[in-house]
Amino acid sequence: MQTDAIGKIVPRKEGRSKVTGAARYVDDLDMPDMLYGATVRSPAPRGRIRLITFDEDIPWDEFVIVTAKDIPGENAVALILLDQPYLASGFVNHAEEPILLLAHADKQLLERARRAVKIEIEESPPVFTLEESLARREIIWGEDNVFKSYLVDKGNVDEVLDSADLIVEGEYSTGAQEQLYIETNGVIAVANEAEGVTVWGSMQCPYYVHKALLKLFALPPEKVRVVQCETGGGFGGKEEYPSMIGGHAALLSLKAGGRPVKIIYDRAEDMVATTKRHPSLTRHRTAVTRDGKLLGMEIDFVVDGGAYATLSAVVLSRGTIHAAGPYSCPNVRIRSRAVATNVPPHGAFRGFGAPQSIFALERHFDKVADAVGLSPEEFRRRNFIREGETTATGQVIKEPVDMAGLLDRAFELTDYQAKRERFTRENADGGRKTMKRGIGFASFMHGAGFTGSGEDYLKSVVGAEAGTDGRVRLLAASTEIGQGTNTIFAQIASSALGIDYELIDMAQPDTNNVPDSGPTVASRTCMILGKLIESAALGLKQTLQGAGLLAENYTQVEWQEACRLHVEQYGALKSFSQYKPPPGVHWDDEKYQGDAYGAYAWAVYVAEVTVDLLTYETRVDDFVAVQEVGKVVHPILAAGQIEGGVAQAIGFTLYENVVWQNGRMINNQMTNYVMPTSADLPPIRVHFEEQPYAYGPAGGAKGIGELPMDGGAPAILNAIEHATGVQFTHVPLMPEALMRGLGETT
Amino acid sequence: MRAYLPDYELRAPQSLSDALQLLAREPGVWRAFAGGTDLMVLLEFGLLPHKNFLSIRHLPELKGIEVTPEHILLGALSSYTNIQRHETMRREFPLLCAAARETGGIAIQNRGTLGGNIANASPAADSPPALLVYDAELELVSARGARFVEYRNFHTDYKQMDMRADELLCRIRLPRATGDLQTYYRKVGTRKAQAISKVCFAAGGRLSDSGLIRDVRLALGSVAPTVVRCTRTEDLLHDQTLDEATIKAACAMLAQEVLPIDDMRSTAQYRLRVAANLLADFLSTLKTGDASSNSTHEHA
Amino acid sequence: MSRGTTREVEVNCVVNGIPHKLRVLPMARLLDVLREELRLTGTKEGCGEGECGACSVLIDGELINSCLVPVLQIEDAEIKTIEGVASGAQLHAVQEAFIECGGAQCGICTPGMVLAAMSLLEVTPQPTDAEIRNGLAGNLCRCTGYMKIFDAVVRACEREGVKA
Repeated sequence: MQTDAIGKIVPRKEGRSKVTGAARYVDDLDMPDMLYGATVRSPAPRGRIRLITFDEDIPWDEFVIVTAKDIPGENAVALILLDQPYLASGFVNHAEEPILLLAHADKQLLERARRAVKIEIEESPPVFTLEESLARREIIWGEDNVFKSYLVDKGNVDEVLDSADLIVEGEYSTGAQEQLYIETNGVIAVANEAEGVTVWGSMQCPYYVHKALLKLFALPPEKVRVVQCETGGGFGGKEEYPSMIGGHAALLSLKAGGRPVKIIYDRAEDMVATTKRHPSLTRHRTAVTRDGKLLGMEIDFVVDGGAYATLSAVVLSRGTIHAAGPYSCPNVRIRSRAVATNVPPHGAFRGFGAPQSIFALERHFDKVADAVGLSPEEFRRRNFIREGETTATGQVIKEPVDMAGLLDRAFELTDYQAKRERFTRENADGGRKTMKRGIGFASFMHGAGFTGSGEDYLKSVVGAEAGTDGRVRLLAASTEIGQGTNTIFAQIASSALGIDYELIDMAQPDTNNVPDSGPTVASRTCMILGKLIESAALGLKQTLQGAGLLAENYTQVEWQEACRLHVEQYGALKSFSQYKPPPGVHWDDEKYQGDAYGAYAWAVYVAEVTVDLLTYETRVDDFVAVQEVGKVVHPILAAGQIEGGVAQAIGFTLYENVVWQNGRMINNQMTNYVMPTSADLPPIRVHFEEQPYAYGPAGGAKGIGELPMDGGAPAILNAIEHATGVQFTHVPLMPEALMRGLGETT
Repeated sequence: MRAYLPDYELRAPQSLSDALQLLAREPGVWRAFAGGTDLMVLLEFGLLPHKNFLSIRHLPELKGIEVTPEHILLGALSSYTNIQRHETMRREFPLLCAAARETGGIAIQNRGTLGGNIANASPAADSPPALLVYDAELELVSARGARFVEYRNFHTDYKQMDMRADELLCRIRLPRATGDLQTYYRKVGTRKAQAISKVCFAAGGRLSDSGLIRDVRLALGSVAPTVVRCTRTEDLLHDQTLDEATIKAACAMLAQEVLPIDDMRSTAQYRLRVAANLLADFLSTLKTGDASSNSTHEHA
Repeated sequence: MSRGTTREVEVNCVVNGIPHKLRVLPMARLLDVLREELRLTGTKEGCGEGECGACSVLIDGELINSCLVPVLQIEDAEIKTIEGVASGAQLHAVQEAFIECGGAQCGICTPGMVLAAMSLLEVTPQPTDAEIRNGLAGNLCRCTGYMKIFDAVVRACEREGVKA
């Protein structure tokens, strides 16, 4: 019996069903009388829909056909703004924009029909890069192509830039990245006039889909039901997109008289049409003293949001706040913008803006160190933020953060100093070389939970219900997408109540049955929701104790007995808990100042690389991830998050290149967009430190889901610079670009 | 799955003879379907225009690996796994084993066939460069009989080959005189497994007792519309001393024998440069001495 | 519109020990036949092009991507899917190891990965780290970074009586 499950390796709640193939993902579900749905999309990146023709070859009368005219409510995907239509009518703003939907019982015939719908677009000049968008030769969104902008202004940067001993400039960029969950987007919907709309699907945020469907169908909340199925990976790629595909399936079902409609994207469609990581461009101007103290940082950060606003404002926000890193600097100005281009909207992907701005910062700081004549680590040590000091937004650090200690630990685990010296020596000694080696690091932090007042705004709620057998069912909209939600929530509740882990169940996230706990994003599930789960569970205990049915200390049998008695006497035994911000947290949305996040996880990552001089490929030989995370709730799940995130970061850095042509991803198949295989990745070695966060669950856990995405790219490129002496500034760094950078083109 | 399956016919003939009769009777109508690892991908993307296929995967005459004193004969249906597990192949034809090991992953290696790889005629295929280095010959059979074609003459242009509509590839024959050849294989892909090559380089050669370059064979994939054997570079190297000047001259000649392009995976510039680097590396690994070393210099 | 002229054919095979007489279009993917005709949904589609391995099954003991197999070609074959791995309630050593070591996160790659691991251990009972990496390179996992999958393979070796 496992009652003190925190920090223990308990079996994953749904582990058995996953290893036996019993776990049911949406495409495993079938319903009687079901139709399949498909989406007809724009062939051009921008223009007016001139003509839609249906080839004669197809029995169209057998098909359900939906256009924008069939939308009962508003033709807009409710998220932040309402600029993105469910179905384009009139104008298209990106290639692959949905225009029309088809459904039929025969999957084969459906695909044939999809290709038999011809869309003619009268094209307008498109904008494809953020540079073009900033240049404003074409206005494609709003008045100036800018979805959102922020200004963080601390101290007086201009004064410092005028008078500093040394100013170092740099420009850094990142490309798009595809989430590449192994399960593609998919839903099943049933919609009819009488009962409303139900959507089952692969998703991270049932209540986001719920909110979007309310608007699409002009229905009251109780008439829309959204259910999350077992989900094969999300990483942000299923944060917002399920609202779109869910709405599409529901529209088809409504038109089909309520027959269930299943839409499953194949890999090619998923890659070409759904969201990707925002490309970015960051410019740094850094003022330092001659002995390497930061005086001022001026940062210009731009992200490419694609054709519609979607989540770009929030991605920009996180990227902006993380842009100046875990350093103490008295004068900081960060100007940031999210701009529009005529490509499919970019969206959430683990890290959500921070990997982009942290890449720029940590590459730049190696450059600054070099300009001052310090080693990269000495420069960091002289500027790491400490307790009592303030971040770029003026947040006072109220915990004993020890970046230097993390750096020491990471260096110890990797033998960094010795390798740095040895590789330098070996790379320089003469003779024919087929490879060079390097070692580099990145130091960074990642804030958990929604930014600033975001959590306050969400007012997340979770519940716990005890049955007559003493089993406890947890009610939350937080989804299991592989990260371990089910397991850690059960651990937390089990530990809070002192009863066996096996007695705790997670209710399936179904908006009919669980309260709105907000989205499963922003590294909030453990830290924010875990805390609410803890208090909801404690609420059950308090109720029983308050009713005199349970003593201060009790056995599991006594617990079960108390539950039985309570339910028999009073009916359902439930407890709900709603988010309240911790005391002393203040955020100013206007000035973009204050306490941006409740807690930060802090990290130093080290990468060791070999650059092959025959093929210009880079192999990561070893990767060490050291982070301070408050409290490790489940050692294997926590390490699994870091290992998986680092793997994605390595992909982001060296392998995953989106090839664009006319505003469309043309390498939209797994053969040509490559993620690392087991043969490509290094050993990923994970080390945790714990500095409990006062308001974290399970003795002080912080959020860690996105943290591991941040450090890989800069650590690897810093290592490659060590190996080659070349200052690469863009990821992904493909062998072709490395070859050009080495000057070896003929 | 984007193909309209009711349009596709796949039949399994009872015997090789039946298959050849059908191909003779209805020329151009039927195409051979072996492991399916190439054709099914095209099918799934809705890019398989040909509709009628003969499954040949069960025909015994196309299976097996036979060793004679002079040759090894690989059935067209030999899988990459079959090749890697065969003792004589491992001992005497390391380049082909290296190519097999670099193809896809285990599941692809279990299913894909050497014959299918040849007939699919992708210039980026992993085995053809090795076959060219080993002076492979192909046995093509039809209702009219059998003929042997030198593999180096088989691919005539992009996806064009010296094989008639009524012929099937039956066996691949490799002469066993590889004892003193030092070999080198390097596939440069987008990642270490499950990758299409950007450059594929296979080479063999040796140094005479006096240190002169002999018996050089250079074959490359992904740098031309077909797999290429670089005979002009080979001729230039023959009987030369192995020094910097020779290596430089060879690289320059190599650049003239290949015609790489820019595509979604890589650039012509990269392919050219890497091919030259690999040639230089191969040459620098040639050693005088014991012929029995037969070490294949390979990269995992 | 012509709806195609190809007729369904009869294919006999054994799946997880149970014989089946299928009536299917000859070019239908084995993956779809397993999932839709036989309702064995444990085998997954991740890419439809033989790159990700989520559709891996064992055909006559060999690890094969079922998305690349036309059903005609499994005439008389013995197929094992993930549903046929456990013996009733008793999980296979590899499955136990995946649970213990955290080898499954979202689980979508897990059926294929389990079969790939079993197949690897059948061929190489005590694989080195390099052999494990190579043996699983045709099965993509986006969640784990593979580390805990390697741990699971090693754990499965350590357990007594590892058998395919």
